Amino acid sequence: MEVINIVGTDDTPNVILDKGNSKFEISGRSLPEDVNMFYEPILEWIDTYAEEPVGKTEFHFKLEYFNTASSKVILDILLKFEEIVENDNDVVIKWHYHEEEEDMLEAGEEYADIVEIPFDYISYTD
Amino acid sequence: MDNNKENHGFLDFAYQMYKTMKTNEINLVYEGEVTQEITKTFTSITEKSLEKSQESNSVQRKVFNVMVECLQNISKHADSLDNDEEERRGIVMVSHGESSYNIITGNVIKNEKIPELKSNLEQVNSLDKKGLSELYKKQMREGRISEKGGAGLGFIDIAKKTGSQLTYEFKRLNDEVSFFILTSTIKRN
Repeated sequence: MEVINIVGTDDTPNVILDKGNSKFEISGRSLPEDVNMFYEPILEWIDTYAEEPVGKTEFHFKLEYFNTASSKVILDILLKFEEIVENDNDVVIKWHYHEEEEDMLEAGEEYADIVEIPFDYISYTD
Repeated sequence: MDNNKENHGFLDFAYQMYKTMKTNEINLVYEGEVTQEITKTFTSITEKSLEKSQESNSVQRKVFNVMVECLQNISKHADSLDNDEEERRGIVMVSHGESSYNIITGNVIKNEKIPELKSNLEQVNSLDKKGLSELYKKQMREGRISEKGGAGLGFIDIAKKTGSQLTYEFKRLNDEVSFFILTSTIKRN
């Protein structure tokens, strides 16, 4: 399967989607002007991935900041993984947050309330 | 001679403005077009000045967060005085005092949009932290990204992150449009 490897900028995140190496990660900042345009290939990739996922998917979110439009798209991503879980596959969301950023931890908890996927919360320091 | 007078008046204005900004601890004032590039520039300037001021990480992040939402609101929703659909202008002001940061933004808005905007703001102001979180989740589930790229979550997010009420005013400009001013307050720890 094709590998997505996008290097982040001031307003878009780093994205690694690599089935061969079981690496799935979105990190950095996400405040693009046009969220749909940025995330469309990512959502499409996940649709294809959902047809044949690896045994256990560990998806890492390590965002330092995202805007509200991105928060909606992140939910769309999680809903796609929820379907993968419903099809009897193992998925865990690794939600990273800076130890001083309670808002980021809360954002993860809100997603965990909405979708039926296990979340692990991992705090990091600078 | 007239030219000289004008120049002098302008210098005086610049000096008065400098003094006012210093006295009121205003960090940033801007009036003009608000684009994604402007948003990135202002947030980056503010971020750097906050880093220097040794403000806590959490307050820094909140200021950054609120600025992005306010500026992107203008770049997506501002109307114009002369019906120019393309141009999104506004004012942006960031100031700080002993106990808080204020982010004030203003933009022209069509009068017909005011009732809905007002009711959204009133709803957000009526909710506590838990209520805001519930509303945010509901809106994320049910909302769609609009053509303009908004998710209808900006005000809820600002209220959630600041823990303060949103202060707002509509100043009527004419039969068509008003000036919408929004103040967001972030408490320093």
